[in-house]
Order: sequence, then C-alpha cells, then structure tokens
Amino acid sequence: MTRLDGRRGVVKDTGYGFPVGLWRRLEAHPPSGLARIRAWRSPLRGPWLTSVFGAVLLVSLPVVIITGLLSYIAYGPQFGQAIPADVGWLRLPQFDWPTRPAGLFALNQGLHVVLGLVIIPVVLAKLWSVIPKLFSWPPARSVAQALERLSLLLLVGGILFEIATGVLNIQYDYLFGFSFYTAHYYGAWVFIAGFVTHVAIKLPTMITSLRSRSLRAELSIPLAQTHPEPPDPTGLVTTDAAPPTMSRRGALALVGGGSLLVAALSVGQVLDGAARGTALLLPRGRSYGDGPNDFQVNRTAAAAAIKPAATGADWVLAINGGSRPITLDRAALQAMPQHTASLPIACVEGWSTTQTWTGVRLADLAALAGVAAPRSAMVASLEQDGAFNKATLAANQVLDPDALLALQVNGAELSADHGYPARIIVPAMPGVHNTKWVSSIEFRSV
Amino acid sequence: MPTVLARVGAFYGANPLHLLALLACFALAGYAALRTLAEPTWPVILLWFLGAVIAHDLVLFPLYALADRSLIAGLRVMRPGRSSAPPRVPAVNHLRVPLLGTGLTFLLFFPGIIAQGQQTYLAATGQTQEPYLGRWLLLTAAMFATSAIIYAVRLAFTQHAAPGSRDQGR
Repeated sequence: MTRLDGRRGVVKDTGYGFPVGLWRRLEAHPPSGLARIRAWRSPLRGPWLTSVFGAVLLVSLPVVIITGLLSYIAYGPQFGQAIPADVGWLRLPQFDWPTRPAGLFALNQGLHVVLGLVIIPVVLAKLWSVIPKLFSWPPARSVAQALERLSLLLLVGGILFEIATGVLNIQYDYLFGFSFYTAHYYGAWVFIAGFVTHVAIKLPTMITSLRSRSLRAELSIPLAQTHPEPPDPTGLVTTDAAPPTMSRRGALALVGGGSLLVAALSVGQVLDGAARGTALLLPRGRSYGDGPNDFQVNRTAAAAAIKPAATGADWVLAINGGSRPITLDRAALQAMPQHTASLPIACVEGWSTTQTWTGVRLADLAALAGVAAPRSAMVASLEQDGAFNKATLAANQVLDPDALLALQVNGAELSADHGYPARIIVPAMPGVHNTKWVSSIEFRSV
Repeated sequence: MPTVLARVGAFYGANPLHLLALLACFALAGYAALRTLAEPTWPVILLWFLGAVIAHDLVLFPLYALADRSLIAGLRVMRPGRSSAPPRVPAVNHLRVPLLGTGLTFLLFFPGIIAQGQQTYLAATGQTQEPYLGRWLLLTAAMFATSAIIYAVRLAFTQHAAPGSRDQGR
C-alpha cells in the first residue's frame, strides 16, 4: 500500500518494513489453499466504487453512532439506570434528557434504528468491494500493515456485531444470550475505535479516488461501455476482468435500491395509521385492532405476571417522599384535576406511536405530597421481576405540564396490557421508563 | 529530524502518525473489551464478535459469490450455441435483483420468518409471528413477478425496436 510518498518518509507497496527477512519469507510462502482461489474477476471493483460506498457510510454512520450514544444518555446514567451502569472511562456527558420536543426520543431512536437498517446494503456492498484484500498475499509487508489489518478486524467485526445484535434485538430474538444493551454499547466503542482510525488513515485515499471519476459522468455510462478502473496501487482493480454483467451505475442503483427497500419496510414502525402496515416484516408493523387500547404493546400484563387481584378495587397508589406517606385509590385519583395530552411513546427498538393520554399531572401529585420542587421521582411497578419494573425520573420529567400518571388512553380506561390501573407517560422519555401498573411514586427533594 | 522520521518510517512501514492512530484505536477498543469482562457472558460476546466476521467473510460472501457464478454459468448453459453472441436483453440482472431482494429481506427479518424467539416475541408484543413467512413469500413473489414483467416489456420493446435482430439471433 502506498499511503505516503517518499518525501514524507514513506514506504512503497513493494517495500518491506522491519524485519525485512520475515516479511519477504511470508510473501514467498502463500498457503496452498489461497493459490487455488480463482482470480477476482469483477470489472466493477476499484477504489472509486469502494470510495463511493465509503463516502455514503462516512456521512451516515456518525448519525447512527451519535443517536446511539444519545440513547444511552436518555436512559439517565446519572440515576444508574442506563445499561451498562458502570462504564468506567467510557462515561458519556450526563445531562437531564429534555422533555421537548415530545417526539425527541422517537426521532432519535427512529433515526438510529431505521438508518442503521438502511445502511446494511451499503455495508455489505462496501465489504464486497474490498473482499479481495482479505485473501491477498502477503497479508502484510510491515508492522504497519499488520497492525492496520488488525484494526480492520475491529472495524468489520464491530459493525457486523452491532448490526447482528441490533437486528435481532428489534425482533425480540435474543438468540445471543447476553445483555443486548451491554454488548451493543461496548461493541459500539470497539466499532468507533476502528471506524475513526480507518477514516483517519483512508480519508486521503477516499478523496483522491472519488476525484478520479465523475459521478455524474459515471451515471451515464451503460453496460456496453463499462470497463475496469485503471490499475491501482491498492490492488482492488482486477487484472483479469470478466465481461461486465452490470454497469457501475447499475451496481449503485442496486445497492441504493436495496437501501430503499429496507427503508420502505422499516419506516412504518414510526408511523401511525395505515402507514404502519408497510413495515411488513417487523414486529411493530402490526395492527392490534381499532379500539382505544389497540396500539403497540411492550411487555404484556401476562409476561409481567400482573395478577388481576393486584389491580382490582383494592389497588392503591403509595406516594412517598413528603412529610408523611399518602395513599390514593383510583377514585381519589379520578377526583383530582385531569389533564389530557397527545404524546408519543417510543421504544429503544425504534418504533413509536402517538396516543392521547388522560390522567393526573405528576407535578400535582408532587404538590399533594408536599414536595413542591422535586429533584427526581422514583416510580415502582406492581411487576416483581423485570429489568424495568422501576424508573427514576429527573426533575424536568416530573414537572413537565404533560408528564402524567395516566388513567385513560384515547378516552377509555387503560387496558391491562397498557398498564391498568395507572401508568406513567412523560414526553420524550424512553418507552420502558413510562412505568406501567404503577404501585408507588417517591418524590425526592435531594 | 527528517532522517530520523524516515528511518522510523522505514522500520515501521508507514508514517509514525499511522502508528499513533492505531495505538489509540487498540487502546480504546481494548478498554471497551476489558469492560465486558465484568459480564459473566463475555466469552459469548467475544464469540459473536469474531463469529460475525467469519459468518460474513467465510460463509455469506462465498455463498452469494458461488450463487452468482452458478447463475451466470447456468444462464450460459441455457443458451446453447449462442454463447458467443450476447443476448438481446440479458436475463441475469432480472434474476439477480429479486434474488438479492429475497436474500436481503431474509437476512434482516429471518427471526419473524422462521418464527425464532416465539416466547420473547409473545411476551413483548402479545402477538405471534404467524404472518411473517407468508408475507415474505408474497413479497418474494412480487419481486420476481415485477422483474419478470420488466424483462418481458424490455424484450418486447427491443424486438419492436430492432425487428431484424429476431431472425438474426436464431
């Protein structure tokens, strides 16, 4: 690889680093199986095509990375409820996740998941375009090349790991058997390390390669005039090209078409109404019916082992944190001023749905408890097990005028699956923190 | 100084900045990997990380490359005696596109299609994965049908545009 020219102190492709003898001997002894691989023959592979895919990923991946990291912050690491909780030096800046705009978390997660899915065809195409390098011999001619290849393992392993865990998680297929959140978070950092390094090393190559051909001109070249790119020092261009079966613009259209197909099949999970059905193959493209409670359920009452007896006439809400504990039954809650707000509920898995919720403002409950300026509130569910049977809300999430302990949705009583007798709904808060089957709220002033 | 840098460069094989960038990369990735050791399941995480690379580079890629070569070879065999003359409208991409669409949708949405993770799916959504296989098959059918119609239209259009070529080809 010629990365730097001689004047800048650089070593040519054929040059060996230290120890020269070792690298030379390595080159002279290719494994026998490798020689049997027939030559890479696609006339389309070349630095320009690779760089086009690279440029698309260079623009889109930072969006996926940043929305992913913001999602971690939205879970409230300051309350120890982001997962993983203790991340050492990989701690992100902590701030109170805003409640406005109300669709902020829906937007953040929708972008993260939908864009993450949409770029999968581009990632696969990028890997296809450079795969001859994986099998090229020698694997390295210097320590520099050997280390760079190792960093590519982090890059490729990182993105494939993030894709695999993400794709399985949004479909509730926990085939992997480890904590999705933890693995996806640390996997992201491994990927970020590989990605930033790869960009730093390859950005000049990408820019030079992109300038070697005009995209506009390339889009007007039909199959009959499709020829390989000129021979390049990186060895991506084949020396033994097969006749083209697809133009370069055709290949770009194919990859772009793949991304459009994925977009068309996944964007529905953030839409309401009939448009939701376009997410044909995703869990959140389904309809539950036409009733007031017929919208996306996340964790059923049965799965949470909520017994009907616990949510019956004897149910009371315990409010703690004031000078004395208070208990309110459902009639008492209904007698308080009711507030109605149209708010989205959005999940980390990227889906969201907007419904009209009615209930008691959390601020009113805090005032009733005698905690006029709560610093936070801890909400607990009737659910005994489960990672999300309680959640801590920051002050801005408690005091937002649309932050509710909802008793009704779309003018009807909450269904068991949506959290009867009462659930939390706070604008822009991660869905799982909108605790269902609420049993107690503790307003904290410190 | 330049000579020292050049010597380091020759020894290492690239600009020393290259080494610094890579060391920073390994330090960050290594730290993240170290943090996963707190998880009892860390060997599984590592296995999945390496497994993802192997699954793509040594399974998925060879499979689709082989499928593509078979497709091209198969189409050539199906046109005996005419392999030297290119077909009027090559069929290869009219098969490739729906095949890739089918493969891509299966790759992304296979848990629903093969009904994997039924219990966690039911617990999360209150529904079953029953419709997905049928939907995927219909989507596949639609992709192949659309491609076939476009192929037929192109074929008809090409024949109309160059009526003489019909007989020449045979």
